[in-house]
Amino acid sequence: MSKEWPLWEVFVRARNGLSHKHAGSVHAADARMAIEAARDTYTRRMEGVSLWVVPSAAITASDPGEADALFEPASDKVYRHPTFYTIPEGVKNI
Amino acid sequence: MAGEENILFHHAIRLGDDPLILAQRLSEWCGHAPMLEIDLALANIALDLFGQATHFLGLAGEVECKGRDADALAFHRDVLDFHNCLLVEQPNGDFAQTIARQFLFSNWQELLMHEIAAASELRLSAIGAKAVKEITYHARFANEWVVRLGDGTEESRARMIAGLEWMWRFTGELFDPVDGAASLKTEWDARIARTLAEAGLELPKPRRAAMGGRKGHHSEHLGHLLTEMQFLPRAYPGALW
Repeated sequence: MSKEWPLWEVFVRARNGLSHKHAGSVHAADARMAIEAARDTYTRRMEGVSLWVVPSAAITASDPGEADALFEPASDKVYRHPTFYTIPEGVKNI
Repeated sequence: MAGEENILFHHAIRLGDDPLILAQRLSEWCGHAPMLEIDLALANIALDLFGQATHFLGLAGEVECKGRDADALAFHRDVLDFHNCLLVEQPNGDFAQTIARQFLFSNWQELLMHEIAAASELRLSAIGAKAVKEITYHARFANEWVVRLGDGTEESRARMIAGLEWMWRFTGELFDPVDGAASLKTEWDARIARTLAEAGLELPKPRRAAMGGRKGHHSEHLGHLLTEMQFLPRAYPGALW
């Protein structure tokens, strides 16, 4: 039976104002069952206030074979980090 | 105990014994459920029910004033002193039979807890208010599974029907006027009929109701359940972990 149930990816919003974060996956026959399984599996210790479930099959992943082309070029462009600005004294909350 | 306290004591015992025994039954699934997700779901429901039992039995002990706490009442009473309904002690059977029991019980318990939450006794109403939210989810979980199994394959449908057949004769007792639960019958009937219709299932035929749980007259299943549940605290009094 377990082989017939598709996999769902679970995203949990920990608090209002935060974005949903990937928490793991569950097996379920339909979306409603997936929400309940996710509730029972990932929010039983008050981890969340909202859930998303997405059929795992709906996710398109980047190809590990293309990792060099996709991600390497960013590695020598440290100037893209906003670390070259001097912050005036007295400015808070940065 | 004065008359009023005596009534409250017995009421709290009945309210606590139902979830206690059902929770113990559900716990038998732990590690055996058809899917990891179902295993967790049933265990979560069991934990909610153990929590409710702890509160209601704790209140009973408090009212009784004999120094018995929830643990003493759960582990050191014998079968004749348990006043749970017969429905909750029925064996798990297969998954459909377990769902049938949960479906019939949770829909009833949800209605009952709404009444308890509105009770004038403040300690009772506080426990009821907390329990309502938990039970709303239990009922939803069970209702959906009744539909899924009833409206599923030929096999799942046959099992769901058999599970409901097994449990049906124990539902009459839920409306025993002893706790004023008789008034819940109309709404419960409507809920049950609604979900069964959605599942494409017929209402089981009326059966002579099996009664007696509220008086301590139980089916042969409860003694076995208690043996397992009570073994450790009786063999090792005061054991902690």
